[in-house]
Amino acid sequence: MKAEYVTYRNESPYPFCPGCSHTLILDRLNAALGKLQLDPHKVVIVTDIGCSGLSDQYFKTNAFHGLHGRAITYASGMKLANPELKVIVIMGDGGCGIGGHHLLSAARRNIGISVLVLNNFNYGMTGGQHSVTTPHGGITSTTRLGNLERPLDIARTVAANGASYVVRTTAFDKELPNLIAEAILHEGFSLLDIWELCAAYYVPNNTLNRRTLEDLITRLEMRTGVIQKEERDEYARAYRKQTALQIGKPTLRSKSLEPHFKTGLDHPIRIVIAGAAGQKVVSTAALLGTGAVLSGLYATRRDDYPVTVMTGHSVSEVILSPEEIFYTGIEQPDLFLGLAPEGMKFSRRQFAALTERSTLYIRRDLLPIETRARTIPLDMGRVSKKEAAIVAVAAMLHHADLYPMPALQEAIRLKQRPEIAGETVRAIENSSKVIAFG
Amino acid sequence: MRSEFVEFVDGSQAIARGALAAGCNFFAGYPITPASPILHHMIRELPKVGGVAIQGEDEISSIGMCIGAAMTGAKSMTATSGPGMSLYSENIGLAIMGEVPLVIVDVMRLGPATGGATTVGQGDVQFVRWGTSGGYPIIALCPTNPRECYDLTIQSFKLAERFRCPVFLLTDREVVATMSTIKIAEYQETAQSHDQAPIVEKSGDDAFVPYGINSPAEIPHLSPIGGPHLTRFTGSTHDELGFLTKDPDNVARLNQHLAAKIEARRDEIESVFSDLQQGATTLVVSYGITARSAIEAVHIARQQGKKVSYLVVYSLWPVPENAITRALNGIERVVVPELNLGQYCLELKRLANSASSSPRPDVIGVHRVDGELISPQQILEAIR
Repeated sequence: MKAEYVTYRNESPYPFCPGCSHTLILDRLNAALGKLQLDPHKVVIVTDIGCSGLSDQYFKTNAFHGLHGRAITYASGMKLANPELKVIVIMGDGGCGIGGHHLLSAARRNIGISVLVLNNFNYGMTGGQHSVTTPHGGITSTTRLGNLERPLDIARTVAANGASYVVRTTAFDKELPNLIAEAILHEGFSLLDIWELCAAYYVPNNTLNRRTLEDLITRLEMRTGVIQKEERDEYARAYRKQTALQIGKPTLRSKSLEPHFKTGLDHPIRIVIAGAAGQKVVSTAALLGTGAVLSGLYATRRDDYPVTVMTGHSVSEVILSPEEIFYTGIEQPDLFLGLAPEGMKFSRRQFAALTERSTLYIRRDLLPIETRARTIPLDMGRVSKKEAAIVAVAAMLHHADLYPMPALQEAIRLKQRPEIAGETVRAIENSSKVIAFG
Repeated sequence: MRSEFVEFVDGSQAIARGALAAGCNFFAGYPITPASPILHHMIRELPKVGGVAIQGEDEISSIGMCIGAAMTGAKSMTATSGPGMSLYSENIGLAIMGEVPLVIVDVMRLGPATGGATTVGQGDVQFVRWGTSGGYPIIALCPTNPRECYDLTIQSFKLAERFRCPVFLLTDREVVATMSTIKIAEYQETAQSHDQAPIVEKSGDDAFVPYGINSPAEIPHLSPIGGPHLTRFTGSTHDELGFLTKDPDNVARLNQHLAAKIEARRDEIESVFSDLQQGATTLVVSYGITARSAIEAVHIARQQGKKVSYLVVYSLWPVPENAITRALNGIERVVVPELNLGQYCLELKRLANSASSSPRPDVIGVHRVDGELISPQQILEAIR
């Protein structure tokens, strides 16, 4: 095959210090790309921050130069959006530190990007500070007496977390073009942990050269070569495979309701349903609102419950009005449903604001209670907890004559799955009986 | 209410539907109260249109993935709340500098830090404007109800693509979680007419200039990575070709461009609802959930025979200075209710100070940070 792309390098000379291995590695990347003869339009080189972050500027491919430590996130977004892209990340050991979580997540997802870590054990761009890979004892501008931290084993860390092609080697490895090419061809997440020399800082501060670099790896018991190689589903393709049958299904669209019930309600009614987790207060309030809408009213529903959703109060505030509702809060409820001590406690200010013109519907077991409101006890003895709110709401609807009961029944059938709706409609059939007068 | 088709819906669904109508095909987000419902909707809905929605490992990766996807030509959106916005900060700067079309939904909650996760607040108003280093402008839209959530989400995508910058849909816990009755007919059926991103056709060569502009206010064309041209993206100070530069002329040109492209087109962004009453000396200026209280307060005040004007600001940033300045004409007292300690109030004070009327209008803030809504009564007291 005649090579169409003789080089992927542009005319600009590299900017790196004399003796810096970055130059060597980028030449090996160019060789790998030449070997693969990839269409440069389908290749993007994503760089991090640091000296290695300059790398994308020397290639005739697409380029993306982002923030420190985040190269993998941009690369993942590009691969997810366009799986045809060959996405090559060039980052340093610094980026592996600040963006460590992204490294782990990309490995776990096995997302099809290739990461070349230019690992020179320190921050070369900012003055030779120590990084996550500085060996124990290493001298840097921020570990002047020797590094007290253990170095991160990047290669084995990503391998342990599911990266499907992992290699550790040095910038001087003659096989590097082949290894890079194999990484790029690999479907899943690939990472090359390439140990190298920072001529400006780490080399002069420590006795390190091309030969002792290999010794260092041996001393740290971090073997070189292919650390992991396996076939595993690549994330972007796996996502498409998993979601293929979803394509074309109807999307979230407006659930249009046609108001066809009539109500004589001519002023806003503000309702507080003060219950507890498990009583289905919030979904019941939505049913109450939907029934109102079906009766030609405007409605709003706001709710409050703790982040631990299966415990504590569950309170909904519903406003029904013949006119458009702007303010959705309730200072002074017209109707107050007391269904549980938790909700009563949470809504105590609204409860205290009840007047002679308000009506309190309250479970009999929560009585006696001091209030100016007209009090209607509810005998909820035989009503199950999960039906407490809907039965009480239906009883209130009967009593206060807000809108026709069939509107609430229709709301239930519209909103709930058929088997549940049938049960709920049955539960509210005798709801008027829970109201015990006298 | 006349008998016509209506729905009973919350803001999170309206935002998701607006995103779908705008052609959104990429979403990444991290769970956070009260923005999680939007994440859930997008995770469920985007596969149906062949899009991708993913939960990132954190907020930083979520916005990072959105930026990467956007530069391949995807219509990207993310959603979070205040604490997540803090983590988005650096990448917001990247989206400004690299000129990324990106929609960011901020569902505000109360207070600094974790604050009140399930409690309403409007404390991110100045934060979205100044939320990253450098001080460069962004666009922010603010809905007051589910219908506006839908419309302004679509508008956010349009503006993000038109201006190549992050556009914030600044909303809050109450607008997103409260269900309201909406008339179906009121939805703008904008899905069909939605403009595509300005993508350059293949010219047969690779002479594409990724940040090429002829004047500071011009917006460069976006050619997607993986598309017909070789292209470059960078968050560093760059020349037209996307290469790092320290050349003062190039540096100034770029930094001035980032502001000029928005400044020169304020008219395209400016969006308010104004109801100005002849002879009114009081003006209520509000936004988001608080606007709903303000409208009710003004209705009551007018029933009491008072003359009051009001203005609902949809485009919070850049400040709709033309509309506000017009509304300030003849006004002696400006009431600005907001669920913070006085943020947009600062913008009104600035504009009131340069008003032509004499004496200059007083600007009265109505604030609340106890997790409760500002009631119409509170605003009425300030209207007097």
